[in-house]
Amino acid sequence: MLPVFLSSGLFLGWSLGANDASNVFGTAVASRMVKFRTAAIICSVFVIIGAVAGGSGASHTLGKLGAVNALAGAFMVALSAALTVYLMTVARYPVSTSQAIVGAIVGWNLFTGSITDPASLSKIMMTWVACPALSAIFAVSMYIPIAYAIKRLSLHILTLDTMTRWGLILAGAFGSYALGANNIANVMGVFVPVAPFHDITFFDTITLSPEQQLFFLGGLAIATGVFTYSRQVMMTVGAGIVRLSPIAAFIVVTAHSLVLFVFSSQELSNFLHSVGLPRIPLVPVSSSQAIVGAVIGVGLLKGGGGIRWRTLGGIASSWVTTPIMASVVCFVSLFFLQNVFNQQTYRPVEYELTPMVWERIATLPGASEATHEALDDMWIERYPNAQEFKTALENRLGETSPLVPLIMEYAELDAFRITTKAVNKIDRNYLTDEEMDIVETLVGQAFTHRWRFVEVLEESSEAWRPKKGDDEFNKERKRKLKYLFDTLRAASE
Amino acid sequence: MAFGILKKQLGLQKQLDEFLNQVSEASLLLRQGVDLFLSERESAFDEKLEQITQIEHRGDDMRRAIEKKLYIKTLIPESRGDVLQLLERLDSLLDSCKAMLWQFKIELPDFPEEVHGELRDLTSHSVESVEAIVRSTRAFLRTSPEFADHIHKVSYWETESDKVSTRMMMALFRREDLSLCHKAQLKDFIRRISRIADKAEDVADRLSIYAIKRML
Repeated sequence: MLPVFLSSGLFLGWSLGANDASNVFGTAVASRMVKFRTAAIICSVFVIIGAVAGGSGASHTLGKLGAVNALAGAFMVALSAALTVYLMTVARYPVSTSQAIVGAIVGWNLFTGSITDPASLSKIMMTWVACPALSAIFAVSMYIPIAYAIKRLSLHILTLDTMTRWGLILAGAFGSYALGANNIANVMGVFVPVAPFHDITFFDTITLSPEQQLFFLGGLAIATGVFTYSRQVMMTVGAGIVRLSPIAAFIVVTAHSLVLFVFSSQELSNFLHSVGLPRIPLVPVSSSQAIVGAVIGVGLLKGGGGIRWRTLGGIASSWVTTPIMASVVCFVSLFFLQNVFNQQTYRPVEYELTPMVWERIATLPGASEATHEALDDMWIERYPNAQEFKTALENRLGETSPLVPLIMEYAELDAFRITTKAVNKIDRNYLTDEEMDIVETLVGQAFTHRWRFVEVLEESSEAWRPKKGDDEFNKERKRKLKYLFDTLRAASE
Repeated sequence: MAFGILKKQLGLQKQLDEFLNQVSEASLLLRQGVDLFLSERESAFDEKLEQITQIEHRGDDMRRAIEKKLYIKTLIPESRGDVLQLLERLDSLLDSCKAMLWQFKIELPDFPEEVHGELRDLTSHSVESVEAIVRSTRAFLRTSPEFADHIHKVSYWETESDKVSTRMMMALFRREDLSLCHKAQLKDFIRRISRIADKAEDVADRLSIYAIKRML
């Protein structure tokens, strides 16, 4: 079933490749500065590299917005986003894959009664406005020194031509990398929590995490879109909508790429944090809007004449229309998928203050006797979804209580039993012998909470404990835990 | 690959420079030729005529070679049309210089002694305008800040040549010692020499537009 469900993500990837490659190489190809074949090859290679090497940052933010926990649900989320993109394109509206996927995830949250994290949502929406603005700022700050340098250097028209060609190719390669790193989350992000993959190692040196394998597939889909359909779009974008000189095109593409890079680079975000500056939110942003932002920046610098204010209005309206439309399409389609086609669009996540959780509440920072008293009537009461449980907690502890998210984390039910059959399904090449031994000793045991299972593993062996200061090990440990949990639960269902 | 492109590009730059040299040389030969004709030094004049004819051939060949390269290698796609048009207009200017000298050779016009000085001035002004347009073109190709200065000089020399030609023709038609037929022939020469400056100014006008287009 997996390939069928993944198909919607691949379709979304294909349409992203067909549309957004034109942002990166459109002007270069349409002005015949770079051949289409060269552009397509460079774009495909760098999109895939970007997706695999730098794609995880932005996808985590999408994951926080809503963890789509069933394959059929993920399929519909991606399909709704793709349909929205398609419909908006037909209606000639400027459309962003990022906004469509965010809308679709919110639609899934609404359908399943999951909570849409308001912090993540506002962070994402802020970046939509920041993206074209930042792109304009980058373009302007590049335009001034480059124009000055060209004037001062008195380069020959042919030398300038060669330099511009190379500049366009390099900017295109960087742009493709940034596009892959930033936008792969749109294409494959929703499948990350549900895909039953684990690490694969090639030649004992290159290891691809499940996320990277998915991103690689998505990158291939984008590359297919670039090769099969982007030529037409490139010609339209490059020659029709905005007419730019090759040097202006270089500036615009570079500014766009920088913006996409800024919103997807974990390293840059970490660096800023380390020097005391605020972290950059890692969010998928719209490549088309970054381009338009940069063009407007250059346009404003040249006096503002020739700026298409209608396009600007269209973008602003699409900030609202695209996510709402995707959200509605997703909600309605999920209803049909579940009730007409009998597919599991989500795994219900129930909540309960079990005795184990009750004990835990006492240890939480800020909890007291009064907390237990306030929650007294919720004891062993089962709640069908996050939304209802959250409302119940907020009614008793207050809406702003810092305890609410902490209690919710502990109270999430995820019951399963470890069976011999399930343990046999685990890939023994992926887990070490020591790690496997512990898992085998747990056969026959049942767990009601995921955190409890992790705790037992940690208590039983050094191998499962996180190591202070060893980020690589801790990341790997998290991936292994997720794989182990997914496999054991799938077998016990 | 990068080295190959650089080599091709340097070769083409050289060819463009040489082509401009031919245009400039043709205008200088025109000045010398007119001077020699007026001084009645026939063999030296023939020599210049031979030289300018060769230059015109070479110029044509170069222009074609440059055009071919620009198209085949799809170089400067954005301003290729402009550059090609520019080369053609400059080539036509070169042709005018050659045709002018040949007209002297064919018609052997009889300029009265007292207009020789002014005819030399007229030719010199037209030649200066051609020189200025060649310098403007070089500045345009190099995005040099001196471009505006050179372009301005083309207009200056064109105005000067206009003044001289009008003055010469007025004086010519007020003379009573020449037949109307003779006057008409001399007028044609004066007009054609001054036309060279006009043509140079036309090229300058186009060049200014290309330069605006080329700005970022």
